[in-house]
Order: sequence, then C-alpha cells, then structure tokens
Amino acid sequence: MTSRETGSVQISRAEATEPLLVVDNLSTHFPTERGVVRAVDGVSLSIKRGESLGIVGESGSGKTVLSRSIMGLLPAAAIRSGSVRFAGTEILDLPAKRMRHLWGAEMAMVFQNPLNSLNPLMKIGKQITEPLKLHLNMNRSHAKATAVRLLKDVHIPEAEQRLNQYPHELSGGMRQRVMIAIALACGPTVLFADEPTTALDVTVQSQILDVINEQRTDRNMSVILVTHDLGVVAGHTDHVAVMYGGKLVERAPTRTLFANMKMPYTKSLMRSIPKLDNPSHTRLATIPGRPPDLVNPPDGCRFAPRCAYAQDRCHDEEPPLAVADDPDHYYACWYPVGSPEFEARDAELRAAGDPRVDAGATI
Amino acid sequence: MAGTGHAHLRDGDRVLSVKDLVVEFGVSRHATVKAVSGISFDVLRGETLGIVGESGCGKSTTGRAVMQIPRPNSGVVEFEGSDLTELGNAELREARTRVQMIFQDPISSLNPRRTVRDSVLEPLAIWGKGTKDERLKLVDEILESVGIDPKRAAESRPHQFSGGQCQRISIARALVLDPTLIICDEPVSALDVSVQAQVLNLLEDLKETYGLTLVFIAHDLAVVKNISDRVAVMYLGKLCEVASSDDLYAQPAHPYTNLLLDSIPEPDPNADHAASQVIGEPPSPVDPPSGCRFHPRCSYADDVCSAEEPQLRPVGTDHFVACHHPVEVQVSANPTN
Repeated sequence: MTSRETGSVQISRAEATEPLLVVDNLSTHFPTERGVVRAVDGVSLSIKRGESLGIVGESGSGKTVLSRSIMGLLPAAAIRSGSVRFAGTEILDLPAKRMRHLWGAEMAMVFQNPLNSLNPLMKIGKQITEPLKLHLNMNRSHAKATAVRLLKDVHIPEAEQRLNQYPHELSGGMRQRVMIAIALACGPTVLFADEPTTALDVTVQSQILDVINEQRTDRNMSVILVTHDLGVVAGHTDHVAVMYGGKLVERAPTRTLFANMKMPYTKSLMRSIPKLDNPSHTRLATIPGRPPDLVNPPDGCRFAPRCAYAQDRCHDEEPPLAVADDPDHYYACWYPVGSPEFEARDAELRAAGDPRVDAGATI
Repeated sequence: MAGTGHAHLRDGDRVLSVKDLVVEFGVSRHATVKAVSGISFDVLRGETLGIVGESGCGKSTTGRAVMQIPRPNSGVVEFEGSDLTELGNAELREARTRVQMIFQDPISSLNPRRTVRDSVLEPLAIWGKGTKDERLKLVDEILESVGIDPKRAAESRPHQFSGGQCQRISIARALVLDPTLIICDEPVSALDVSVQAQVLNLLEDLKETYGLTLVFIAHDLAVVKNISDRVAVMYLGKLCEVASSDDLYAQPAHPYTNLLLDSIPEPDPNADHAASQVIGEPPSPVDPPSGCRFHPRCSYADDVCSAEEPQLRPVGTDHFVACHHPVEVQVSANPTN
C-alpha cells in the first residue's frame, strides 16, 4: 500500500478547487528564556501545482522557519497557529504519525548542506532506495533500478557505480544532486529547497538550479525555493515572497516584482547588491542597523526603524498587505515605491547624497 | 619550474611581489595536494588586488602563504623589499605587524571570553606601543572609525554583536598596528547583502583614511569587481587571467573567466538564463590535469591544451591571459543590454 492510499490526502479531487498548498495566517512561535520569539508571524501564501515560489529574506527573517513550519519539521517546543492546507486537507494539526505519509512521499526537502544531511556511514544507493521501499513498497531490484534512473535524472555520471559509494567520495555538487535525487524519489508534489546552492560554487550552483527546474517541469511538481539571493530567485521562480522580521512584506509574480518593487525593503535589498554592470568602486547603497529582535519587534512596520522613507505613521501603525496594480502583487507599506510621499523623500535623500540610496545607476 | 609566466608583473612602487609561489600539502604517503602551483603577482601601493576563484582553487592558501602560515614550499614573497620566506621567526613576527589578515567567519576569529575592546587592544599591548592611556585612546579612535561604539566594546563580548559588527571589530584589530597591507580572506561572504554593502563601503573608506593596500580574496565576482583595481582569476592553483577590474569584466579573455561570469545569477528575470555550459566540477588538486589545468572542462580545448601549459601573455593594456585560445570574440555577444 502506498501513502496515497493510506494517507488522508486525495490529490486529484482537491486539485481542481484550490491551489495545491494554501498557507493562511501561519504563525510559529518559540518560547525561550528571553520571551516568545515570533519567528513567523501571520504569513499567508499559496502555490499551485507546477509553480515555483521563491522565499527571499536576510538571515533571521523567518524564511527557513516558514518552510519548516509548512512541512511540520520543527522542534517540539515550537507553537504553530493558523492553517496549512495541502491538497485540500488541513495538515497543521496532523500528528507526526500521519505526517510521515506526507514527508518524502508528497513533500520533500533539500537542505543547504548536503554533507550534513546525508548519512556518512550509509552507501548512496541505500539512502535512495530506503524511501522507495518504505513509501512505495518497491522490492530490492525495482528500487535499485529506480535509484539508478533518479541519479541519471539529476545528471550524475556513472550512476550504477555511485550506488556503492559513500557521501565522502563525492564532490559537494554531486552530493547535492544525490540529495535532490532522494527528495525526488517518491515523486513528491512539493519540493522545498532551503538554500540548496549556498554551500556550492557559482558554476555548480547554476547546474543544480537547472536540475531542480528541469525536474519541476518534467514532474509537474511545485518548488519552494528559500534563498537570500535575489539573483537566484530572479532566474528560477514564477513568484517571489519577501520576508522581513517574520512577516511577509511583499509578494508578486517574479517579473512584476523586479519591474515594479513596492516595498522599500525589497528596493533597498536590491540596491545593496554589487552589480557587475557598475564600474568598480561604485559606492553601494546600504541598509543601516540590523534586523529586528523577534522577541520585542518594533511597533508599526517592522522595517520602519531601518527605512529611509519611514514617517510617523510607519512607527505607530502596522501596514496591512495591500494589492498593487497587478492583482497578484501584494505589499505591506504605507508609502510604497511610486507613491508621492516616497518619491518626494527619495528626491530629498538623493539630493543630500544619503548613503541609503545609491548615487549611481538605479535599477 | 613551469610557472604561469611573469609577463603581468610590473615595476613601480610595489608593496608586495610574489614570484613562483608553490604550496603543497601532504595528505598521505603517496598523495600531495598541489594547492598553489607557481603563481606570481604584485600589488602596488594603494592598490586593491582581487583574487577570485571557486573553492579549492588555492586563493585562500595564496593569502595565507603571503603571511607565511604555513611557509610556502618555494617561491619568493617580497614585502616592502624583504623576502618574507627568508626571514627568521623573530623578524617575521615583526614583519607581520605590517601585513594583517581578516578572515571569513568574524565571530569565530574573535576570542569569545574577552571583551572586544581587549581583543582590539591586545596587539598594541604585545608590541608595547605607547603608554596604556595612549593605547586605549587609539583603540577607541579606531573602533569609532569602523562604526563600533567604544563604550559598548569595553563591556561586551563577541556574541553580543551581530556578524557584521564582529567583522568591523576584526577590521579594527587588523588596523590597530597601522599595517601597510591587509589580506582580506572572504571577509563578506558570511554576511547578508545589506551588511555586506556596509562592510565593503567601510573597507573603501578605511583604505583612503589609513592609506592601505589590500588583497581581497573572494568567490563572488560582483563583490570583487566592486572593490578591486586589479583582479586575478585563479583556477586549481594557477592564474588564468589578470587585468584591471573594469577591463576583466568587460572583456573576459579566458574561457574560465567567461564561464564564471555567465554562471552568476543576475537579479533580473529578463536576463538571459542560458542553461549552464560548464562541464562538470573542478578536478582534484591532488592529481591536476596536464597542460592547461582547465582543459577537461573547457569547450575550446584541443590537443595543445592538454599537452602544453599556457603562459600568461598580454592581450591588451594591462590585461594578461594564460590560454592557448583566448575568446575575445565572445565579448560583443555579451547579452547584458
């Protein structure tokens, strides 16, 4: 029996009515000695089958906790509230016993550091065939043949020989391919990739991102790509969600977002990236200060204390997610990019040569 | 020894001049890692040299070999006229006060049990510079100049600061002995982009204020371009290409430099996302390929490339490449506009 039969999730029925994954007002809090850390605070998003969503943010923005909260991979002390619906079924309150049927089979995750995620004492082959036997009840030879095919899918040369190797015998890029093969083994409908290329070199990074994209198309699988790198989401996602201080602050189709950023935080992040098109020694725009303390987040907009465009209202009242011209584009800001208040302040800052706006080329 | 040539070395006010540097590590009775295999470069006073390459290319080993940690197997490291490889331990310690280093992980490079002001103060105390009051005054001045509140530094330990702040503190400690040259080994790669921009701007400012010369080692080409005057591209222990920063990025001549530039994910969804053309991953430095070390991954490689090692030769003004088939033609096809 497979998980599709034993689990309570019936993919085909629900698919027609709503997106594959719907996250509604999800919060994840961690009680600590200092107080409650509001790592994820009221995040809502959805993803359709076959789509890819990038979750971008700096360290401590809650992007990793968000992806783990959706999958239910959190320490026991974590308190989740809100709703996560996967293929029409509420999974937030499912016990781990039931979640086991989803993990690996329906939702899989690729982590940042492949060496820490693979078992160093187990041959690659065993690590790939394990979920196949467990979830899909394959016999040994069938599982082995499937494992070889999976390794070929992620472009690992000499796939048969690899089955008998240990993780330390492979390079970083090859290990990450093995991780992807394991994640794909049971044909998941959602793949979470948490900084899958951060530990890899640029030339290898582009190969790995291409493999993930290729498999997404081939398998009509959804991909949630968690990264700090705006460059990575630009080329490899359909939608982007920007996180700041545990909140979702902007969400849009990728092209719309890059063409028309509304949230000053997104804009500032973009401006602080060194660009190859600019001559050397171009002064970089900076975001002063540091991300908010999630035990005592500031009142109002969480970005306001670091925002060059913040006004009194921003410090007092929290902006709700508003809809932009594109109905799929949401942002949480009182004075978004393009508003008269923003533009007036921007002109002022530029005239004063403020380090928070770049003096050179704009994006 | 088969080096990568000296054509790119210059006359003038050189702070650092490295010739035919070789660093090898024994990993077992039969295997040695050939981390750096005969590279040469020089850095003029006030210049920033960027060294860029993938992990395992030997860029960090090069930086450390300049500091003589460990001493290189062979080669000359001439710093302000004296060859550091020839110096005895006492002389070397003295010379190292003028060559400082900043590391990648700012939190682990500071002593967690001491206040950060003590950490910054220590080099001055060791060398007995000035009176106690003068030392404290200097430390506070330098902490101020890197944007750290001296009062907070006096009472706080590294874990009470963020990564970006710890990197500022490491920079302060490197500055306190008034060095000529600072070797920055991936100083911003552990930082978020917004903080990275702050630290890069700070390094530019400090370079101006303190008249520093920098060697900036990093894997991120955009970061290296931003801060460097001249860039050296390394691959598997060898230099591929050396050029002025703007020139290298406008007209990359080595196929490897081209591939590196093409692999950078651009923050622009309309950019050309051609499928990656790189073949495989870097081979092991234990058994590097013959001839040009890049030839197994290079789409332009032919028989010459596997047989003969290319020497650095000029292809433009202050632009040098070690390649049998440099690809100048690709420049105009660059789809940036």
